[in-house]
Amino acid sequence: MKHLREYRDGDIADSIARSIHESTTRSWSIMEVCGGQTHSIMRYGIDQLIPKSIQLIHGPGCPVCVTPIETIDRAHAIAEQPKVILCTYGDMLRVPGSRGSLSGLKTRGCDVRTIYSPLQACQIARDNPNRSVVLFAIGFETTAPANAMAIKIAKTEKLKNFSVLVSHVLVPPAIEMIASDPACRVDAFLAAGHVCAVTGYEAYHRLAEMYRIPIVVTGFEPVDLLEGIRLAVLQLERGQAFVENAYQRTVAAEGNPTAQGVLKEVFQITDREWRGIGTIPSSGYALSEAFRDFDAEVRFPLAWKPVECTNCRAGDVLRGLLKPYQCAEFGKGCTPDSPLGAPMVSHEGACAAYYQFSQLSPKMNASP
Amino acid sequence: MCLAVPGKIVSIDPSRGFLMGLADFGGVVAEVCLEYLPDIQLGEYAIVHVGFAISRIDEGIALRTLAHFRELGILKADVAEQIPSVEGY
Repeated sequence: MKHLREYRDGDIADSIARSIHESTTRSWSIMEVCGGQTHSIMRYGIDQLIPKSIQLIHGPGCPVCVTPIETIDRAHAIAEQPKVILCTYGDMLRVPGSRGSLSGLKTRGCDVRTIYSPLQACQIARDNPNRSVVLFAIGFETTAPANAMAIKIAKTEKLKNFSVLVSHVLVPPAIEMIASDPACRVDAFLAAGHVCAVTGYEAYHRLAEMYRIPIVVTGFEPVDLLEGIRLAVLQLERGQAFVENAYQRTVAAEGNPTAQGVLKEVFQITDREWRGIGTIPSSGYALSEAFRDFDAEVRFPLAWKPVECTNCRAGDVLRGLLKPYQCAEFGKGCTPDSPLGAPMVSHEGACAAYYQFSQLSPKMNASP
Repeated sequence: MCLAVPGKIVSIDPSRGFLMGLADFGGVVAEVCLEYLPDIQLGEYAIVHVGFAISRIDEGIALRTLAHFRELGILKADVAEQIPSVEGY
């Protein structure tokens, strides 16, 4: 496919990797923020193409992994209510909450539907006027505009049987939390390209300057990732720290202003809890006043006490403090078929990526 | 979750109250919402995420990036020549 195949070319990847080897004189730790990038790194063996002195630290950018257990439990409790249809992205289905996963509910007769686009939830609401349709709206800034548009359409069409359980999180506050930690081991960040396609990267200049840390906007294909790493290493070797765009064909500095306008209309910034990490100030979206009528938390006021699995060290993995294989449960008590924590469930979770790909050697030109 | 793929816009439908269209993903055609790229033209490529086109792919920049690799000497000439004509799998 055009605009994919060129960036999976093994020869180009090898050449960029060679250039990284030539430029690297010291040890550096680079964090890729996005779980999609972690998946690509493991899938294509990028970590094995670059010098051993460069360590890739996997960041918290897996929305399924950081959705709080309370929110998963709430989705669970809502789906158990009479006449409810819960619509969710597929990744969320098998994530363990205190009372099991959403896929477990399906086997007990609850109506939980996997959607590809949030507009399908609007259609389900139109088709089922006597049912209550709840969209489980998770994701980073990449996904938020799609969910916002579904909510806006529901308001325009007066879809009274449509509501949303919002658990959106934002990347820059997470980067700031990591960079500002005195124990921070990260020398440079690869910023998530598709998040920046929406938001642009103006907000990152302050972070690069304040924490003296290079931030390189990076894509998801092997060549894109290697180019992001190459630019980060060049900055580090030269003692520089600024925002650079290694994904220019897709990301403009200002992002997508139309999408930003709708985000501003539908959502407002709020503090959010990140599973395994804790509450990060101003790190998420909640519905704005004008759209509060669509809040599923208000429509379904339910209460319970969530319980986390104590053996799961997902929080340490998500903060880049622990490699997945360093967890005692990895591959033993915790596998993709029987996960203890969310990072072993999602394709973008670091644990699942290590479990699936860690035996592989560098692997370019893999089929999509 | 942030998985997004490039698709070629092959039809635009303004008749639904919100701007929809069809995108071709290497032979698989799917419906996409174009509300966030209201001025996209037929034949242009966009990055599509959960059924929404969120960013136009700038073909000029894509070619310049590949040319840049060539200048750096990190793209072999024979590979470089093939790239602009790559279409589909």
